[in-house]
Amino acid sequence: MAATYRASFVQPDGRTQTIAIAEGWSLMEGAVKNLVPGIDADCGGACSCATCQVHVAAPWGEKLPPKSDMEETMLDFAPDVRPESRLSCQLRMTAALDGIVLNVPKNQR
Amino acid sequence: MSEKIVIIGAGQAAIQAIMTLRAEGFTGPITLVGDEAYPPYQRPPLSKAYLLGSFARERLFLKADNYYPEAGCELLLNTTARAIHRDVRAVELTDGRRLPYDKLLLATGAQVRKLACDGADLPGVHYLKTIADVDGLQAVFQPGRKIAVVGGGYIGLEVAAVGAKRGLDVTVFEAMDRLMARAVSPLLSDFYAAEHEKAGVKLQLKTGVEAIGGDGKVEWVKAGGRTYPADIVLVGIGVIPRDELARAAGLAVTDGIVVDRNARTGDPHIWSAGDCTRHVGREGHEIRLECVQNAIDQAKHAALAMVGKPRTYAEVPWFWSDQYDLKLQIAGLARPTDTLVQRGDPASRKFSVFHLRDGKVAAVEAVNAAPDYLIGKKLIAEGKPVDAARLADTAIAIKTLA
Repeated sequence: MAATYRASFVQPDGRTQTIAIAEGWSLMEGAVKNLVPGIDADCGGACSCATCQVHVAAPWGEKLPPKSDMEETMLDFAPDVRPESRLSCQLRMTAALDGIVLNVPKNQR
Repeated sequence: MSEKIVIIGAGQAAIQAIMTLRAEGFTGPITLVGDEAYPPYQRPPLSKAYLLGSFARERLFLKADNYYPEAGCELLLNTTARAIHRDVRAVELTDGRRLPYDKLLLATGAQVRKLACDGADLPGVHYLKTIADVDGLQAVFQPGRKIAVVGGGYIGLEVAAVGAKRGLDVTVFEAMDRLMARAVSPLLSDFYAAEHEKAGVKLQLKTGVEAIGGDGKVEWVKAGGRTYPADIVLVGIGVIPRDELARAAGLAVTDGIVVDRNARTGDPHIWSAGDCTRHVGREGHEIRLECVQNAIDQAKHAALAMVGKPRTYAEVPWFWSDQYDLKLQIAGLARPTDTLVQRGDPASRKFSVFHLRDGKVAAVEAVNAAPDYLIGKKLIAEGKPVDAARLADTAIAIKTLA
């Protein structure tokens, strides 16, 4: 069994869920399996639907790997996009992200 | 007393219906009947990362196991429905049990079309639809093995790409004169043929498989009058809707369970969603779609109708396929008579083809070009006239065209 690390998903109304996500899984997978509202991920992580957006505030944003071209362009078309927007299907859980805080945008589509 | 909902079929449509039913405030009991050993899981990775071995099985599941009890959903796995008794509103299972329902959702999906030639039932002939299928294939999916892929569609080509990556000796047999003929335009067929050949995959187009043979297991494939040695045969020649329960129950079935735009059958207590349905598409024609998008969107519409909030289903269909490092994304349904507008150069491995009909975008095929796909999808949904010359001009940012 892989190690698990914690991630907190904060809803627009401030409700927060802290869940354990196995190392190597995407943050989207953790969110979907743990019923975090607002992370739809229709395409199942294929970077095709942009319905798993999260806003990653400092200091966590800088710990993330840079966006791929694909993620960048998918985000161009998502609603409520900010500089700190990421697609959670493209972010893999690692020890360095233990405790990461992610804000779920108001509207995913 | 609260209503009971029964769902037959435990795939993407089923889980979406459960989520929407609960999100819309339905509080009655839901029973999910699935004939596989697993709760609802994603099928798209089966022919891609899961076959490659880079995606653990537990990651396929759409929800954690505890979701079902928490959602008040009884999960009956390894369980097959035998009949629908519409007169008394009950589903009969093969073990004789009866599940009464107030509302029933048929989310039975599709089953693989079987090869009918001589030797098609020999050990070593594989199909790819379920986790169990891939687990069986994986056991023999070893470097150096010769695999004959029957069918140059999405499944066959995704398996071919994984096979090439894993060091198998891959030959694809396709009866039509080009790859993915049913799904993409000729430019993309040619592009993908070149990519597969570059990866070492041998393509035999216009070559149907006539027979499979061997001594107790697959040893050769006969196609186009020639014999090719093979250790494994993977058949990907399409699927057929699982509509037999509906047909036996007297519901309208025409190569798929016929539903209206609220995903309802002719029986006011029975809905159907996903690959198993035939429905009127947004363009006004009866269609059958085999894709995640239709499973999700149609199931949402079915669930909304079940709770008395019907909305017309007219979403733009979308599809994707991963082969090598190429992401193919398609939106809309193309027709052979569409005018094609190419954007970008296939040599750059990043390009798209827009299909115009009456001056509007009807479909888009994008290879490693997500913005073109997303803008294309938006243009299809909006139905606004477009300027073909501007679409083709890569000097004009695609974003400015929507």
